Amino acid sequence: MLKTTPLNKVHRELGARMVDFGGWDMPVQYTGVIDEHLAVRNAAGLFDVSHMGEIEVRGKGALDYIQRLTTNDAAKLVDGQVQYSAMCYENGGVVDDLTLYRFADDRYLFCVNASNIEKDFAWMQSVLEKGGFIDVSLTNLSDSYAQLALQGPTADAILGRLTDSDLASLVFYNFVEGEVAGVKTVISRTGYTGESGFELYFAPEHVEKIWHALMETGISDGLQPIGLGARDTLRQEKKYALYGHELSSQITPLEGGIAWITKLDKHSFIGKEPLCRMKEAGVPRRLVGLRMTEPGVPRENYPVFVSDEEVGVVTSGTMSPSLKVGIALALIATGHHPVGTEVSIGIRNRRVAAEVVKTPFV
Amino acid sequence: MEIRDELKYSEDHEWILVEEGIATIGISDFAQDAMGDVVFVELPEVGSNIDAGKTFGVVESVKAVSDLYAPVSGEVVEVNEGLPDAPDSVNSSPYDDAWMVKIKLSDAAQVEALMDAEAYRSCIAEQ
Repeated sequence: MLKTTPLNKVHRELGARMVDFGGWDMPVQYTGVIDEHLAVRNAAGLFDVSHMGEIEVRGKGALDYIQRLTTNDAAKLVDGQVQYSAMCYENGGVVDDLTLYRFADDRYLFCVNASNIEKDFAWMQSVLEKGGFIDVSLTNLSDSYAQLALQGPTADAILGRLTDSDLASLVFYNFVEGEVAGVKTVISRTGYTGESGFELYFAPEHVEKIWHALMETGISDGLQPIGLGARDTLRQEKKYALYGHELSSQITPLEGGIAWITKLDKHSFIGKEPLCRMKEAGVPRRLVGLRMTEPGVPRENYPVFVSDEEVGVVTSGTMSPSLKVGIALALIATGHHPVGTEVSIGIRNRRVAAEVVKTPFV
Repeated sequence: MEIRDELKYSEDHEWILVEEGIATIGISDFAQDAMGDVVFVELPEVGSNIDAGKTFGVVESVKAVSDLYAPVSGEVVEVNEGLPDAPDSVNSSPYDDAWMVKIKLSDAAQVEALMDAEAYRSCIAEQ
């Protein structure tokens, strides 16, 4: 039995094509992936991301617990700020990547990947118990939040008509608690598209009201509903990692392109020691961006070659709707990772030329 | 969903039009719609032989790779050279601009085993 978000009926009425996404019945496209992708780059798109998980951490010592649990330095957060972070296993493999919201010094919210909610909660609970954080409590609030992402260059204008909150002074990776269409909402200036925009959190019973209010006022600004297909191509063009592809229990944050949120100089966190050793010995492989120089579409698990040597593997790939050329994220043996390296990708029975390029792709 | 009466169809959603022993092959409107935005097409070379039920090419959408299955056997006498540069015509014009190959039939009886438009209509109604 697939899980559904509170907007399932709305997606079906809109004629969305639905797919099983990690156990969730989700819209993969409405009008078409390319059309939706370009709408987000050029105007605005509205995404139902209610499947994402929310786990609240409360109590005295919450920061100490979060510092132990996550790779980034949560001490840098002030109230109203968001941080991109990750949790690692003892061996340095990734449990999940996440965004961390600080509401108060004793109240934080983790936004985690939908397919990892149960795993993450169990892991967070075990770290809590082993670490003796007796005043800290965890609550899985995933069913208490619906989430919409409003992304694209016209997102500010659209949301501005439905809220009194001061969006102009809300800077990237900050949030405010306000109202949207009269509904109490956490308005977060974050996203997974590389465009300006917002992620909105509110009680699930209001989701249809907010969805319709945004679509109605946004239509003149080019707002369209966007499925998971375009969500994936949009994030690939920006080289944003997706758990299960660029990150996993078998891939460390140093390899998977999120070394920048892995603070090895932090006092202590789970996975720090093996990651420090990996860094000292030399990180064996790196996440790079590849751009096809011959016609072809790279896909996950296709092998990557330099001359005749297999040096890596594609973790995500697509035809870039913005560039109209095949692009890929790939884990490549260190040494073959510098920008400009000529590689080839094994596509079916052929080797097709590509090159390591600067990222983001657009 | 357009289904043309003058064509025959395979269970793999290819269409075929036979004129004087030469079969023109493409994919149906139903197939292109199910696939979504087509971004890449790979076709066989002129002079190669294709076998009924075997793959003879590939169509890729943004999301997925789909093999093309030959509805009949024969020698490829012409391919749509313009198609790899205009893969989106598979979506916009599956029966006209986006024909894929023409083959010289090696066994005309294979055509008789394919579905006519009416049978194909019921076939996709079940999906």
